[in-house]
Amino acid sequence: MNTSNTQTITAASVMPNMSQLFGWLKSLQYPAVGITGLLLLWWFGGFMIENDPDLSAFAAFAPAPTFSALVDLVASGEVWQPIGSSLYRILSGLVWGIGIGVPVGVTVGYFGLALKVTNVPFQFLRMISPLAWMPIAVLAFQSWDSAIIFLIVMATVWPIIFSTAHGVRRIDPNWFKVARNLGASGFQMLRRIILPAIMTDVMAGIRLAVGVAWVVLVPAEYLGVTSGLGYAINDARDTLSYDSLAAVVIVIGIIGYGLDTVCSVLIKRFNWHME
Amino acid sequence: MGASISLDYITHRFSAAAKPTLKDIENRIEPGELVALIGRSGCGKSTLLHMMAGLLIPSDGCVRINNHLVTKPSAKWNMMFQKASLYPWMNVKENAALGLLFDGMPKAKAGERVDTLLDMVGLHDKKEVNVQSLSGGQQQRVALARSLATEPEVLLLDEPFSALDAFTRTQLQEEVPNICRERGITMVIVTHDIDEAIAMADRVLIMSQNPGRIVGELTVDLPWPRRHMDAGFQSMRDELMQQFKGTDTGLAGRNGADTEESEVSESAA
Repeated sequence: MNTSNTQTITAASVMPNMSQLFGWLKSLQYPAVGITGLLLLWWFGGFMIENDPDLSAFAAFAPAPTFSALVDLVASGEVWQPIGSSLYRILSGLVWGIGIGVPVGVTVGYFGLALKVTNVPFQFLRMISPLAWMPIAVLAFQSWDSAIIFLIVMATVWPIIFSTAHGVRRIDPNWFKVARNLGASGFQMLRRIILPAIMTDVMAGIRLAVGVAWVVLVPAEYLGVTSGLGYAINDARDTLSYDSLAAVVIVIGIIGYGLDTVCSVLIKRFNWHME
Repeated sequence: MGASISLDYITHRFSAAAKPTLKDIENRIEPGELVALIGRSGCGKSTLLHMMAGLLIPSDGCVRINNHLVTKPSAKWNMMFQKASLYPWMNVKENAALGLLFDGMPKAKAGERVDTLLDMVGLHDKKEVNVQSLSGGQQQRVALARSLATEPEVLLLDEPFSALDAFTRTQLQEEVPNICRERGITMVIVTHDIDEAIAMADRVLIMSQNPGRIVGELTVDLPWPRRHMDAGFQSMRDELMQQFKGTDTGLAGRNGADTEESEVSESAA
């Protein structure tokens, strides 16, 4: 009697874990198919290169050499230093981008006149590739690091401004009326009403900004600096070590995906809309 | 304690060239009095209420509350709107305590203060829930607690029950005047529902449109609580309806009342 009781309890406590695991595995099946497909294409490309006498020098781009180079990079710890430099640059750029973009976005969204005045110049500036600012950045900033951070700011500030302004403009006007009616001062209105109301939009803007910034960062690091993932790629090319070049590309992809995942988790965290 | 409201020759134009929306409004509301303002849609009754709340400044004349000129909104003369407009990123308690936070009260103390109010409006088991999960009636109860939390002298109601179901509406039509009478709060409700006016007010002011004017007045001296079925209630409603029709200014207004569907509902709840 006693033993059978214990058995049912353990079975019951294990069962949800099993079904949870099963559900988790099931949710991975489609991404797994996609990744396998990508690997197959890559492998096929490597196979073609290897069998083409004109291109066989580049055979190290194939999956097998790449992954062994990746293992070496991680095992030797060499990979962390460029990751650290790149993350430092993107985060500094992002902090500046948010620090400039959110206040400007709130102003543009809140005051109709500011929107009318800034709309055309902002749309114009937004369309200029951040990399096009490189010569000016090099002239204006003393260090390469600051120049690259400036380029990241130029990449991140626009999506954050537009998304923030959009968020402010779709705030329910009744929310302002009720808050005014309850005696809110300008600062209280900003802190208790406007900022929480637009948080989801700001986060969505930051997510877009991170995507653009990560894409801009690598080519920006081709220039001048001697650290970071972009530099690592350039360095690998110069030393003809194509396997580690491809390994760095994989690292870039993984970190970019990771940054985007962090953003989407934050968006969910700040989203007050009920499912 | 309630405050007196004095409306001093208010005339209002939304633009300099426009015809006046409100013209020569003059009235005095005593402390603790419950007043209903009725009129057709667009007669400017809601505009007048916004002026009492300090959300709008009249082009001529002024509103005085306890002899102080009203120039800006204050939590002491509080308005409840047709939509509860609760903030979805705050729970019920935080929403109700908002006016106190704006007044600089520490969060913990504000929470204590609204606790009893939420009990009173019947939300004792909903204090920590997300406001988006509440029904329309419950949301309006949170808005009521939010308005009462700052201990207002004047409560201004802009058709706050018109979007609610009949049952909840009747309940709140009984509860709100009771609360105001208990606390001595001066209440002004804007409505186009004659029954609501009689159920809630000591005195009904009738407004005409184009321009908005106070054209009639009726004292409702029925005992509390008011029952829609009582003979006194019925005769009061007829009297108000007659006055309302009689004071409808201009031929256009009168024809409109005959041909179009009347804005003033005569429905018995």
